[in-house]
Amino acid sequence: MEEPFVKTDIRKEENIVYKRTNLLVDRPLSYCPGCGHGVVHRMLMETLEEMGLQDKTIGVSPVGCSVLAYDFMNIDMLGAAHGRAPALATAIKRMWPNRFVFTYQGDGDLAAIGTAETIHACNRGENFVIIFINNGIYGMTGGQMAPTTLPNMRSSTSPYGRDVSIMGHPLKMTELVAQLPGTYYVTRQAVHTPSHVRKTKKALRKAFENQKNNTGISFVEVVSNCNSGWKMTPVQSNKWMEENMFPFYPLGDIKVDGKLVEQKEAVTKE
Amino acid sequence: MGELRLMKGNEAVAEAAIRAGCDGYFGYPITPQSEIMEYLMSEKPYETTGMVVLQAESEVASINMLYGGAGTGKRVMTSSSSPGISLMQEGISYMAGAELPALLVNVVRGGPGLGTIQPSQADYFQSVKGGGHGDYKIIVLAPASVQEMADFAKLGFELAFKYRTPVMIQSDGAIGQMMEKVELFDPIPRRTEEELIAQCPWAATGKPKNRDHIIITSLDLDPAGQERVNLKLQAKYRQIEEKEVLFEEISCEDAEYVFVAFGLSARICQKSIDMARAQGIKVGLFRPITLYPFPTKQIAALAKKVKGMLVVEMNAGQMIEDVKLSAGCSVKIEHYGRFGGIIPAPDEVVRALEKQIIGG
Ligand SMILES: Cc1ncc(C[n+]2csc(CCOP(=O)(O)OP(=O)(O)O)c2C)c(N)n1
Ligand code: SF4
Ligand SMILES: [Mg+2]
Repeated sequence: MEEPFVKTDIRKEENIVYKRTNLLVDRPLSYCPGCGHGVVHRMLMETLEEMGLQDKTIGVSPVGCSVLAYDFMNIDMLGAAHGRAPALATAIKRMWPNRFVFTYQGDGDLAAIGTAETIHACNRGENFVIIFINNGIYGMTGGQMAPTTLPNMRSSTSPYGRDVSIMGHPLKMTELVAQLPGTYYVTRQAVHTPSHVRKTKKALRKAFENQKNNTGISFVEVVSNCNSGWKMTPVQSNKWMEENMFPFYPLGDIKVDGKLVEQKEAVTKE
Repeated sequence: MGELRLMKGNEAVAEAAIRAGCDGYFGYPITPQSEIMEYLMSEKPYETTGMVVLQAESEVASINMLYGGAGTGKRVMTSSSSPGISLMQEGISYMAGAELPALLVNVVRGGPGLGTIQPSQADYFQSVKGGGHGDYKIIVLAPASVQEMADFAKLGFELAFKYRTPVMIQSDGAIGQMMEKVELFDPIPRRTEEELIAQCPWAATGKPKNRDHIIITSLDLDPAGQERVNLKLQAKYRQIEEKEVLFEEISCEDAEYVFVAFGLSARICQKSIDMARAQGIKVGLFRPITLYPFPTKQIAALAKKVKGMLVVEMNAGQMIEDVKLSAGCSVKIEHYGRFGGIIPAPDEVVRALEKQIIGG
């Protein structure tokens, strides 16, 4: 018989260096192995746990692969209709100003069907956190083109690559909302390496700290892979993301403490 | 006796919402109901009761703000008119599925499309038969006066929380715009956070250590689970049909004929009754106040007593389907309608009765 992967005799309290945060429910995630969604879930829940906010947080999940986020996050949550999470969060925060409120949304959810809700919540300067998972594709429905799909990128509805002359251009929602007076902190991060994971967690912490002071929207984009939708292995997808997504969606802070950060020349591949 | 005021229907429903302890209003301007948000903004309840009033970017946003607020146990309302209510249907379906209480006001105008800003009753099907996708119902209250615009705001919130369901006040451009004397009920204080949490244990308010996390959703991917959700909703609807039917009968005791009409049409028919009775025609009025649940049994009973029924509606014949389903084939039932924003005159209704029911 094969040796079990985890030797049970080493599962002792003194050997534990890493464990599930209490704010994640003990159940298997619904995400494809290798997908960034699960990592962001964990960083988000660790942040709330460290800040002691479990009993004060109300989250809003989207329609997309993370539609079941409420099953994994051990906090009170509402599942929004596709694109409408910022509308829900607006009302929740205005009627529960002493609660911490966030939305967790994909790129189709936030930058296509929910564009109006996103822009207006940002422009009103609502006091909640928006977490934006940009994988350049509609993961849940089977890999269709998203507003964020790169030029020439293949998807099931752009099988020969996105022809921008016919299908339009990818939308940089994050740069767009950074222009609005109601956003206070706008940043773009990733979670495909340990150092990026740590930076994302820092960004999340900053976002929720901002909410304590009612500064307006903190907007954290995470450029993430969709290995299934991109039809790649997880390793290939992370490499592809570095080579193609990051040049178009450069990582780093875009707006900090209400002020736009000096932008490096973005290398766009068109 | 409560405070007396001369008010528009739109103002009355807004004032009544503040008095009913409403926590939040979210809306988008559209004629003929814009006075509702205008009244709220000028009254500034956020400075008195603490009620939030927010102008949203669209009706789609308004209804989803409602979903958010309702999911946290708050007493929330929106208002709009026909095209805006059409935009809200997805959200209403979600709220029905997630079993969330809320008050919706539709001050109906003529359609289809952009239609007209004049009064109409052409949204009966949309309100009563579901409107959005999936098997659901919402309670629909049809006011026939400015007084009822005020009273139904309070009743609407009570029913919404009793059954955890959206409740709609289906009014029209005339009831919304006309001014009448209103007796206002005494204000009910908004619930404190502690009261809300105790009264709404289902609401997402922040997870304390001693209870499981709360999930507000209308999703159940497992068909067996989703069927259970549907069965639960249907059981709730049967209960509502059993317990919450409201109607009014006017001059029906000796009536040989009856008008069946709701809202503004019922007001017109009251005048038609006087005119017809002056000519010796014994006619009465049956007015459904709840359009859903529909007064099926009462109409069935009435159908056995009279020679004919004229269903008068400001539409091409919508409620008549429910009247016929209730009454069966036992009696002659005809429809008289004006559409597209035309309000029928009392005498034309009498002529229709003579022609379609008595003479026909
Ligand atoms: C009104 C409506 N339109 C369409 C859909 C179908 N739909 C579900 S998820 C989705 C796209 C999600 O993509 P994204 O937001 O990028 O999330 P991801 O799955 O990539 O994380 C679509 C179009 C829906 N549920 N509701
Ligand atoms: S389809 Fe894509 S986004 Fe969805 S879980 Fe799989 S890898 Fe992640
Ligand atoms: Mg996506």
